Amino acid sequence: MATSVHEPPQIDQDRLLEQRRSGSGGWRDLVPANGDLHVTLEHSPPASSSAIYVVLFAITMMFAAFSSALIVRKGSSLDWQTFTLPSILYFNTLILLASSVTLEVSRRRVAAFMGGLRSHAESPARWLYITLFLGLLFVAGQYAAWSQLRAQGLYLATNPSSSFFYVLTATHALHVLGGLGGMIYVIRKLSKLALRRNALDATARYWHFMGVLWLYLLCLLWMKL
Amino acid sequence: MHDMSAHAAQHHAPPTSFIRKHVFSLDHKVIGKQYYALALIAALCGMMLSWFMRIHLAWNNAAIPGLQLLSKNGAPGGVMTPEYYLQLMTMHGTIMVFFVLTTAPFAAFGNFFLPIQVGAEDMPFPRFNMMSFWVTCTGFVVLMASFFVSDGPTLGGWTQYAPLNAVGPVGGPGQGTGVVLWAASIALFCVGQLLGSLNFIPTTLDLRTKGMSLMRLPLSAWAWFITSCMGLTAFAVLMPACILVILDHVAGTSFFVASNLVMNDQLLPHSGGSTLLWQHLFWFFGHPEVYIAIVPGIGIVSHILITNMRKPMLSHRVLIYSMGALAVLSYMVYGHHMFVSGMNPFSSLAFSFPTLVITIPSTIVVLIWTFSLYGSKLRINSASLFALGFISMFVSGGVSGFFLAQPSIDIMLHATYFVVGHFHLVMGVAAMFGIFGGTYFWFPKMTGRMMNETLGKIHFWFSFVGAYCIFMPFHYLGMAGNVRRYSTFVDDFLQPLIPVHRFITVAALITGAAQLVFLYNLIHSRFWGKPAPDNPWEATSLEWSTPTPPPFDNFGGKLPVVYHDPYQYGVQSSAGDYVMQASPEQVKTEHEEK
Repeated sequence: MATSVHEPPQIDQDRLLEQRRSGSGGWRDLVPANGDLHVTLEHSPPASSSAIYVVLFAITMMFAAFSSALIVRKGSSLDWQTFTLPSILYFNTLILLASSVTLEVSRRRVAAFMGGLRSHAESPARWLYITLFLGLLFVAGQYAAWSQLRAQGLYLATNPSSSFFYVLTATHALHVLGGLGGMIYVIRKLSKLALRRNALDATARYWHFMGVLWLYLLCLLWMKL
Repeated sequence: MHDMSAHAAQHHAPPTSFIRKHVFSLDHKVIGKQYYALALIAALCGMMLSWFMRIHLAWNNAAIPGLQLLSKNGAPGGVMTPEYYLQLMTMHGTIMVFFVLTTAPFAAFGNFFLPIQVGAEDMPFPRFNMMSFWVTCTGFVVLMASFFVSDGPTLGGWTQYAPLNAVGPVGGPGQGTGVVLWAASIALFCVGQLLGSLNFIPTTLDLRTKGMSLMRLPLSAWAWFITSCMGLTAFAVLMPACILVILDHVAGTSFFVASNLVMNDQLLPHSGGSTLLWQHLFWFFGHPEVYIAIVPGIGIVSHILITNMRKPMLSHRVLIYSMGALAVLSYMVYGHHMFVSGMNPFSSLAFSFPTLVITIPSTIVVLIWTFSLYGSKLRINSASLFALGFISMFVSGGVSGFFLAQPSIDIMLHATYFVVGHFHLVMGVAAMFGIFGGTYFWFPKMTGRMMNETLGKIHFWFSFVGAYCIFMPFHYLGMAGNVRRYSTFVDDFLQPLIPVHRFITVAALITGAAQLVFLYNLIHSRFWGKPAPDNPWEATSLEWSTPTPPPFDNFGGKLPVVYHDPYQYGVQSSAGDYVMQASPEQVKTEHEEK
C-alpha cells in the first residue's frame, strides 16, 4: 500500500535483499527471477508516479504546438508588431520561483513527519498554504499584466504578437490554477492525515514544471515579442 | 513497498445505484461498453451520410426521401445542393475518423480489456476514465448539433484547411457557427483522448500483476499502449490548433487568415495569418491519427489470429518493435499530405523518404502474419475471417500508398479518387474489420453470450466483397482523372465514368445493408444468444481466466499471477493444446521467446 502520513514507511530488508539477488532486474520488470515465483519482485511504483509524466508530456506538446505556431506566424508575415512586456511579469516570475522553494520546504517537512521525526501536521501544512498563496498571487499578477496591456490598447485581436501573448499566458495560468487545485487536494488530505506520498510528489513535480514552463515562456515572449 | 498483487482492496466500491452502474460508471468495463455504443451510433450516422452522398453522386437529381427534413435549404425537396454535399462529406469524415475509428478499437476495446489483460482491477484513475468518455460523448453531441444550426455543419472537409476554416460565414454555409462547433467538438475529443492516455499508459506500466513482464503482455495490450503514447502526442497538438481556429472566429484574431483576402467580394478584416500553419499543426496530428486508428487493429488481429492458428507469431518481439516503429515514424511523414500545398520542394523530399521507410515495418508486420499463417490449421470463424480480411485490406490499401509517397506522382493523384480509395481501404475498412473481428472475438466475454456464427460469416463475405467493389474502382477513377470533393461531374471526360460511380453506389448500398445483419446479430445475441463459457476460444491471455462476464473487480478479489508468455499454444497440457498465462502448470514448449 502507498505510504500515508499516519503510517510511517517501513523498509522490508528481506525484499531489498531479494531484489538485489534476483537479477530479474530492469526497470519495473516483474518477471519471476529464474522462473521461480518465490523471488518475484513487486517493486512497481504506484500508478501516479508515471501518470504525472504523462500529464507533463501532454502539456509540453501543447506548448510546443503554440510555440511553433508563434514562430511560423511571426516568420510568415509583415504585420508583426513588437511591444515591451509588462514589467510585473518579472515580479510574477520571482513569486512563482519562490513558490517552488516553499513547496520543496513543505515536502521535506512532510517527509520528516512521515518518518516520525515530527509529530504535527501543522508545520508542513503551513508551508503548503504559503505556496498556495504565492500561486494565487502569481495568477493575480498575470491578470495585472493583462490589465496593463489593455490599458495600452493591446487586446487579444490587436496584433498577432498580443494574440500569442494572451493565448500563451492564459493557457499557462489555467494550468497553474490546475496545480493550485492539486495543492488544495494535498492540503485537504494532509489535514485528514490520509495523504499519499506520491500524491504530494506528483503535485510538487507538476508545480516545479509550471515554474520551468513559465521561464521558457518568458524567454520566448521576451525574444519574439 | 508497494504490494500490488496482495492488496485486493478495490480502487472503488461496487456501485449500487442505476446511475453509477450504467451512466456515470467508474468501472472500466462499463466505460468500454459505453465507448463501443458511442462508436456504433456514430458509425450508423456516418454510414447513412455516405449513402446520401453516394446516391447523389450516381444520380444527381434524385430526391432522397426525408433528406429535406435534415436541412430545408441544403436539400430542398430531398435533392442536395453542392454545398450540402460538402457539408455531409465533412461530417462523414469527421464522425468516422474521430468517433468510430479512434473510439472503437482503442477506447472501447482498450478500456474493457487492457486492465484485464495486464491483470489489474481497474484503471488507475477511474474518475478521469469516466470523464474521458463523457467529454468524448459531449464532443459528439456538439458535432451533431451543427446539423441543427441555421446554416448547417461546416463544409471544409475533415481536414478543415485554412483559410476557409477561419473566414467565417462569408466562406459559405456552415463556415460560421458550423466551424466553431466542429473545432469545439474536436477540442473536446482531444481532451477525452488525453484523459484516456492518462489511464492507459500507467495501467500498462504500473498496474501489471505479478509475473506480467512487458514482453508477456498480449499483442493487443501492446497495441493499445503504443496507441495511447501516439494519442498523447498527437491530440495534445491538435487541441491548441482548434483553440486558435475558435479564436480566429470568435475573438477576431488572425492566426490562419492571410492579409487582403477577398472572398465573395468582401475584403476580410484579418491580416497576415499563415494558411500553411494550420496544415502543419493538423497533419502533425493527422498522420499519426491514421496509425492511432490502425495499430489497435494490428494488435487485435494478431491476438485473434494467434488464438485461431493455435501457435504464436513467428516473432512476438519483432511485431511489437514494428508497431513501435510505425508509431515513431508516423510523426516524421506527415508532410506527405502537403506535397501540393506550396511547401518547399526540399521539404517534400524530406517527407517522402520516411514515407517510403514506414512501409518497412508495415511490410514486416504483414510478412510475420503471412508466414505465421503458412502451414497453420486456422480455425475458421467470424473473428478469424475478419482478421484475414483486415490483412487483405491493409495490404491492398497499403500498396497504393507506395505511389502516393512520391511527390511527382502524388501531384497528379492528390485531388482524385485514387487517394479516397487508398485511405478508405488502408485506414477505414481495415480498421473496421479490426473492430468487427474484435467484436466477434470478445463479445462472449463482454456480454456472457455467443454471437451467431452463421450470421457473422454472412456479414463477413458481404463486407469483404462489398468493400472491394466500392473502393477498388476508386483507384481506377482516380487514375482516369476523376476529381474528388465534387458533388457533380459535368465535364465531358468524366461522363464515361458515371456508370462506375453507379456501380459503386449500388455496392455501397448492399454492403451497408449487410451491416444491418451485424447489428441484428449484435442486439439479438446480447439478449438471446447462447450462454458463453469462460473460455470459448481456448485462449491463453488473462481475460479468459476470469468468469464470463468478468466480475466488478475483474478477478474476484484475488489478482492472478502470470507464469507464461502470452501465447503458449501447440503444447501438451492438461487443458489441451494450450496453457493459460495464469496457469502454474509447467509445460515444455518450443515457442517460448526470451
